[in-house]
Amino acid sequence: MILPALPALIPLITIIFLLMNFRRREWQPWIGLTGALLQLVLAVYLAVHIKSHGILVLHTGNWEAPFGITLVIDSFSSFMLILTGIIAVSISIYSIEAIDRQRQSFFFYPMVHGLLMGVNGAFVTGDIFNLYVWFEVMLMSSFVLITLGGEKKQLNGAIKYVTLNLVSSMLFLAGIGLLYGKTGTLNMADLALKMSLAENNILLNTSAVLFFVAFSIKSAIFPFFFWLPASYHTPPVAITALVAGLLTKVGVYAMIRFYTLFFVQDQLFWHPLFLWIGGFTMVVGVLTAASQYDMRKILSFHIISQIGYMIMGLGIFTVAGIAGAIFYMGHNIIAKTNTFLVAGLINRVKGSYDLKSIGGLYKTHPFLAILFIIPAFGLAGIPPLSGFFGKLVLISAGFSAGEYVISFVALAVGLFTLFSMVKIWNEAFWKAQPDDKLTEAPKDEKLPFSMVLPVVLLGLLTLTMGFAVKPILSFAMDAATQLLNPHIYIEAVLGNSINPEIQ
Amino acid sequence: MKSHILQIAAARLLPVTILLSLLVFYRGHNEPGGGFIGGLMASAGFIFYAMAFDTAEAEKKLRVSPLYLIVTGLSLAFLSTLPALFMGNPFFTGEWISIYLPFEAKLKLGTPMLFDLGVYFTVWGIMLTVIFNVMEE
Repeated sequence: MILPALPALIPLITIIFLLMNFRRREWQPWIGLTGALLQLVLAVYLAVHIKSHGILVLHTGNWEAPFGITLVIDSFSSFMLILTGIIAVSISIYSIEAIDRQRQSFFFYPMVHGLLMGVNGAFVTGDIFNLYVWFEVMLMSSFVLITLGGEKKQLNGAIKYVTLNLVSSMLFLAGIGLLYGKTGTLNMADLALKMSLAENNILLNTSAVLFFVAFSIKSAIFPFFFWLPASYHTPPVAITALVAGLLTKVGVYAMIRFYTLFFVQDQLFWHPLFLWIGGFTMVVGVLTAASQYDMRKILSFHIISQIGYMIMGLGIFTVAGIAGAIFYMGHNIIAKTNTFLVAGLINRVKGSYDLKSIGGLYKTHPFLAILFIIPAFGLAGIPPLSGFFGKLVLISAGFSAGEYVISFVALAVGLFTLFSMVKIWNEAFWKAQPDDKLTEAPKDEKLPFSMVLPVVLLGLLTLTMGFAVKPILSFAMDAATQLLNPHIYIEAVLGNSINPEIQ
Repeated sequence: MKSHILQIAAARLLPVTILLSLLVFYRGHNEPGGGFIGGLMASAGFIFYAMAFDTAEAEKKLRVSPLYLIVTGLSLAFLSTLPALFMGNPFFTGEWISIYLPFEAKLKLGTPMLFDLGVYFTVWGIMLTVIFNVMEE
């Protein structure tokens, strides 16, 4: 039995091979790509395996469940693993040309795989302290990736990023400490069992709040999002796309996991709070995005706004709501990464991200316009693209749960998202190139194939998620059903030895 | 400006620190100590050497690039997880063998120790990579 450990082991082995061939720079992208492909294949295999065999559990080191570290893969985890695999492959292809030689030969690929190892590890672990460790693995790699190259503005953004994320890790750790002190266990399933028996206790509430703040910072939720727009636009766009697509979603994953599995006592307090915070996150993100003129900043603010939708799904807390949040995460990871990659292509052609100094791309690069339209309108929620169905499921879940305010807010935010995307479209593609603002930066009229290919693939995926919405949504429904019936998870981890009265 | 006294001291101290680090590493098996602290001690010896001479000289003394220490460490840590699979146990289970030495001494070797050795090399390599890079700037 090694299967559940493989999502974290494959990146580790890739890192070993990458470091072994450190001096052969031209091999690095290919080793990285092989590792990423293996990861994707494994993730798909795991999803198929879980479909037929149920939740996959591994007690590492042969230590029984509440004592050792347990790795658990359920439908939600495997869904996230597949998405990580997809992003890993696209970024690996994109960065062959997009990342300069110097960064490539200075640990770019090992760090990317370090990040992937952390992300995958966070998705498979069933132990809260282990989750913290994977978060750290992920953050350490992202610190290096964001500062890689050491440009002044990169370091400036990274200071905010590092500081706030360290604060969040500290709160996370404090929450773990309180929870461990109270319940004496770190295993998620065991915690769920013990906390369902515990009376409503002030220590548990304190740790629940600490976790909430920690994950809010990591997933850039209102009012803790300031680090994100300050740092995400500074590194090269391939790195931005990677961290923008994945990192905040790991925070959301942890939040959904924690607040469906064991922090389920105070629902009257938490769910309205999630809805409020989700609403504010959406609105603030989308409004601040509207005032920006740097493409990467617009897209960064939109990350925040779209995290709001996922939190809204968690706040609705019905199968449809959680399924909507999961589906939306899938849509968002793919489309968001893709819009960043397209912004990188535009920069490659025009030498700038500033909407004021570029234009006329539709005339010269109509193909690029189509590549942009798919993810951008997907994010805005235009049918038949994936974002439409994500929003549809979430908003209809909101209406049927009687949460009208948040549902209307979500609808309105969709319109504003469309406004921002149309703004990029108008400024970059439609209007004529402003003559006085031609940039000095080197321009490359012909786009390298390796940079266009991942954009096309991700665009096709956005289309597929729209046209083949049914199987993907039913997968998300399965995952949501599992999440809302925690006893399935608990039984899978702890075996059938638990007292049936507790369930 | 290089101090001659410091250079001699560093050169003499280097083998001692390595030996001490190995001792601490082995002690960590049942008592305080272990791969992490051992790795730090081993790197301290080389960092002292690099301060007395320079980083190029220290790297020459090390013979390989610190990067390969990391590779060795990660590989050892990874390999230590595999014997359990061949024994039919879950991933990462500790497997042990005892070697009987002359004079009734017994040496217990196991995969946790191999893993710890991996930690030793990884910490050693990463410390040297970071510090050498900072010193060169």
